[in-house]
Amino acid sequence: MSESKALDFKEFRKRVGDLRGREYWRSLEELSRDESSFDEFFHEEFPQQAVALDKGVDRRDFMKLMGASVAMAGLAACQQPAQSIVPYVRQPENYVPGTPLFFATAMTLGGFATGVLAESHTGRPTKIEGNPDHPSSLGGTDAFMQASVLNLYDPDRSQVVRHMGDVSTWSDFIAALQPVLKNPGGLRLLTQTITSPSLGDQITKLLAALPGMKWHQWEPVNGDNVREGARLAFGSYVHPVYHFDKANVVVSLGSDFMGTGPGHLRYARDFMSRRRVRKGVTSMNRLYAFESMPTSTGTSADHRWPVRPSQMESIARSLLAGNGESHIAAIVRDLKANPGASIVIAGDEQPPVVHAIAHAINQALGNHGTTITVMQSPEVQPVNQLESLRELVTDINAGKVQALVMLGGNPVFDAPADFKFVDAFQKVPFRAHLSHYYDETSELVHWHIPETHYLEAWGDGRAHDGSVSLQQPLIAPLYNGRHASEVLGAMLGGLDQSPYDVVKAYWFSKGFNDQTFRKALHDGVIANSAMPAAGGAAAAPTIQQPNNPTTGLELEIKPDPTIYDGRFANNGWLQELPKPQTKITWDNVLIVSPKTAADQKIGPDPALVNERTTVLAEVTYRGRKMRLPVWVMPGQPDNVLTIFFGYGRKRGGKVANDTGFNTYVLRDSDALHHGSGVQVSPVDDTYRIACTQEHQSINPQDEGNQGERGIIRSATFAAYQKDPNFAKREEEREDISMWPAYDYSKGNAWGMVIDTTVCTGCNGCVIACQSENNISIVGKAEVLREREMHWLRIDRYFRGPAENPEVFNQPVPCMQCENAPCEPVCPVGATSHSSEGLNDMTYNRCVGTRYCSNNCPYKVRRFNFFHYADYDTPALKPMRNPDVTIRTRGVMEKCTYCVQRVNAARIRAEKENRLVRDGEVTTACAQACPTEAIVFGNINDEKSRVRQLKEEPTNYGLLEELNTRPRTTYLAAIKNPNPEIRG
Amino acid sequence: MAQIFHRSTNTFSRATIFGAVFFIGFILWVIGGIVRSPYFTNQGIEREQPVPFSHQHHVAGLGIDCRYCHTTVETSAFAGIPPTQTCMNCHAQIWTNADMLAPVRASFATNKPIVWSRVHRLPDFVHFNHSIHINKGIGCASCHGRIDKMALTYQASPLTMSWCLSCHRDPSKFVRPRSEVFNMNYVAKDQDVLGPKLMKEYGVKSMIACSTCHY
Repeated sequence: MSESKALDFKEFRKRVGDLRGREYWRSLEELSRDESSFDEFFHEEFPQQAVALDKGVDRRDFMKLMGASVAMAGLAACQQPAQSIVPYVRQPENYVPGTPLFFATAMTLGGFATGVLAESHTGRPTKIEGNPDHPSSLGGTDAFMQASVLNLYDPDRSQVVRHMGDVSTWSDFIAALQPVLKNPGGLRLLTQTITSPSLGDQITKLLAALPGMKWHQWEPVNGDNVREGARLAFGSYVHPVYHFDKANVVVSLGSDFMGTGPGHLRYARDFMSRRRVRKGVTSMNRLYAFESMPTSTGTSADHRWPVRPSQMESIARSLLAGNGESHIAAIVRDLKANPGASIVIAGDEQPPVVHAIAHAINQALGNHGTTITVMQSPEVQPVNQLESLRELVTDINAGKVQALVMLGGNPVFDAPADFKFVDAFQKVPFRAHLSHYYDETSELVHWHIPETHYLEAWGDGRAHDGSVSLQQPLIAPLYNGRHASEVLGAMLGGLDQSPYDVVKAYWFSKGFNDQTFRKALHDGVIANSAMPAAGGAAAAPTIQQPNNPTTGLELEIKPDPTIYDGRFANNGWLQELPKPQTKITWDNVLIVSPKTAADQKIGPDPALVNERTTVLAEVTYRGRKMRLPVWVMPGQPDNVLTIFFGYGRKRGGKVANDTGFNTYVLRDSDALHHGSGVQVSPVDDTYRIACTQEHQSINPQDEGNQGERGIIRSATFAAYQKDPNFAKREEEREDISMWPAYDYSKGNAWGMVIDTTVCTGCNGCVIACQSENNISIVGKAEVLREREMHWLRIDRYFRGPAENPEVFNQPVPCMQCENAPCEPVCPVGATSHSSEGLNDMTYNRCVGTRYCSNNCPYKVRRFNFFHYADYDTPALKPMRNPDVTIRTRGVMEKCTYCVQRVNAARIRAEKENRLVRDGEVTTACAQACPTEAIVFGNINDEKSRVRQLKEEPTNYGLLEELNTRPRTTYLAAIKNPNPEIRG
Repeated sequence: MAQIFHRSTNTFSRATIFGAVFFIGFILWVIGGIVRSPYFTNQGIEREQPVPFSHQHHVAGLGIDCRYCHTTVETSAFAGIPPTQTCMNCHAQIWTNADMLAPVRASFATNKPIVWSRVHRLPDFVHFNHSIHINKGIGCASCHGRIDKMALTYQASPLTMSWCLSCHRDPSKFVRPRSEVFNMNYVAKDQDVLGPKLMKEYGVKSMIACSTCHY
């Protein structure tokens, strides 16, 4: 680390202050780079790739290798191997081989179910879509839902019943269970959050049958604060459901309601439905966000204030009291001007009192009953899960627990550190664990039972508003898994009851018959099954003693945005997914603000960061020490260290093990979400971070940095109303081409519009694309070399000072340029244009010169430097989409606008002698998008949604001055700041 | 100093240089020939099947329609290979004791499918859809040849890309009335007139974008 290159923060802030004439910037490194290296960075396709090989290959080795590959090529060119066709003996009715079927089912995460439509190819689930009829989805999906199909096939899933680590059988387990059931007083059941009515019914029966048995619930992301906040305000564990489509003004107190938590997809859709700025729209909602680490919600806000977690309560109190700093007063005025049409929402991680204050404010504004419905909890038994687990641990330590049956969860890994769960746990004489993986907890139990995936078993669950979805399996259990209802059934003595029998019997007892049950299965949601509203008004919290903000450094602990609480740690898609905001893959880091990094002298050397390296820092917290890589994050409040938990698995599977750092060891029961009294000190050591932020960068300024190129265009709503054409530029566009002009005005002309106003950067589209198009993952080492394969990336831009910049998200797929620069440079004609305007990529023709990629101004082409696609693992073969070729080494690939879907739709339409209808075909990304930011369709069809959007005044193309004539265009970002608040 | 080489070697070397061009050309021609030959394309090679099913007997002899067995040919990408059930629809009644049909009966009794050898195989990077071809008036025989004359099924066409393109570039040469699609004996009367007329009527287009088949 040379002294001269170390980040001088005074100098740095000066640069950030004047931004060197640039309005939009992508990262701190970009700002700190000196002028000469700056342009070079954008010019190169892979600025770091010169170091691709650790040591050079000498001529002899080269000849040897080449000789071998020529010989191999000769062998490989032999005749095609023989294949067989295996038809059914008795083919199921309604089954058409070669055509996928879609089944409605539901995925449960954190206890709450979201309706999905699972695509099945010859009995193999391959893709997850949102169920448009389900209240929590409305057709949208998040990254977890999209990636869940990979979890189904994961070869690392547990495959066999184990007793003390040795292979055993289900019947041996049942036999071992019998003596335990004779002593119900010492029996404890530990589950995660349960909303499933049929499981709840079984547990109720079990508690009645085994008097003395106790039921505990725990998961690390549990909504305790939401429940306790509701109890403070309403006196019981009621459940607030928000209607953002009816709110003109929203205040978020640390809530990431569009990014995580029950109903977030619905909330994102509803909230953004009021932000679609189109011709004739005269109003737009407004979001004020107070939050710590930037989230998808906060960065979508019109005003965002980075605050320390301990400040939140005083902010909430001053909002309630209606006094405080000028911006608080302005927010209060705005709220009061919208009674019954506003929402104040507290985040899941905020203390209960903040929730109670939010409820009280909403009560005062008359929002209950209009924008907020307070209903009975959809959970079977809402409890304070922290207290529930505490009680269990206390009972164990008191010697009261003789047997512990755990249905899911991984408490050994994720219980609060101060509970010393592992020590207590091992005192229980009989421990059984149902789980997907033979994980940290399974390792320490007497009996481990493999658990079914949601696509393998019958079940049910409630949505964020309580609506019931039936969960129907698409495939028989791949790995001998058992569903929770089978374990409960075994405990109840109903050995021959399958999960199907349990679910069916439960709903038939509620008045369903064959016909209505089938309809519920078909629809994916039971009509009118939302929870009834709960009465009562919110009382202002009675806690008189406010908790004042603490001074000094604070530690904020949050679930990881891509691997959640660690349960998705073995999912390579989610591991390699750039995390929203930080764009880091495969790791968790210590996130600090630029000022804190400077104050604590832990700031990474900018020169090192350019090489994907950061420094380690040592966190000292409550006597525990931990080394974590430092990440400087614009918009992070000062003096807050944010860490994600879920990483550092020891027994999570091949992908999960030893990636990242286990931060659960810093999570105590009295500071689950944030705590004070933390210190951080620099460590003279570096760490490699695979961050994709600077990969495939487009220079936001033109040649010589003379002016903005208009990559991101944005305005306030007021400015838009004054000049709707603000995003238009007078580009000198000579319509010249190397090819004779082609007339695209007949037939279909596919195009896409992406609304940057409503994109939250949630990443649902990225995984949807990965799943639909069989995109490989490459691993951390290859991501470091900028070789990640995502066809769709989400570029993040900042504007304004690094302390609290505005954030803009821009999904960048292939632009499908009409004058595609990639096409003329291909020496073998592997990329060419279709009559419908698609820039086709023909894998079997590609010889891997990479000229096309080099010539793509948008940097959207991806090259298989190695054999990234897994051809060998048998378990992963059935997962792939049979409609998309799996690419091999040495082949270029890129977004195709999901041409397999386009072709299928065209064939369907042609057979009926009609044109493809608008909405009949959409791309995987557009289908997944919870906020409908991406719209795909035929731009020749004047009535199509995409055509209408293309005619909006805010529509613009990227780098149109290059005469590429992109088919993908963007709608400029529009924010609606309060004119009373400056900055 | 005397010449090392005789004058005639000049001619020899000229011939060698000139001949090399022809030799390389010849090698390329041979390779080109081999990759187009049945050795590579599997054209015309009869496959051994677990049951020696004869299309000749069932189609020409008994007059069973293609769609009786290949049920999804009009609706799906895949024409469909009949389940054992379809065989047993008839063979539960006739030839119930034929040795030849023992595997069929065994399959039906044990619920184990019959494993057929695949005859037509496209590479994984080619996506073919039966239904659209049928719906646009391309006859079965246009690609599969005279199935009704095949005792054991073989691949009648080379299935090379140039063969596909011969029709995709100009479908008018092959398109036939929809009523004749499943007719093995169909012979066009006046294709030069009929072809363009049917193309217009059925909305047949020349589809030659790469992404028509490769994606």
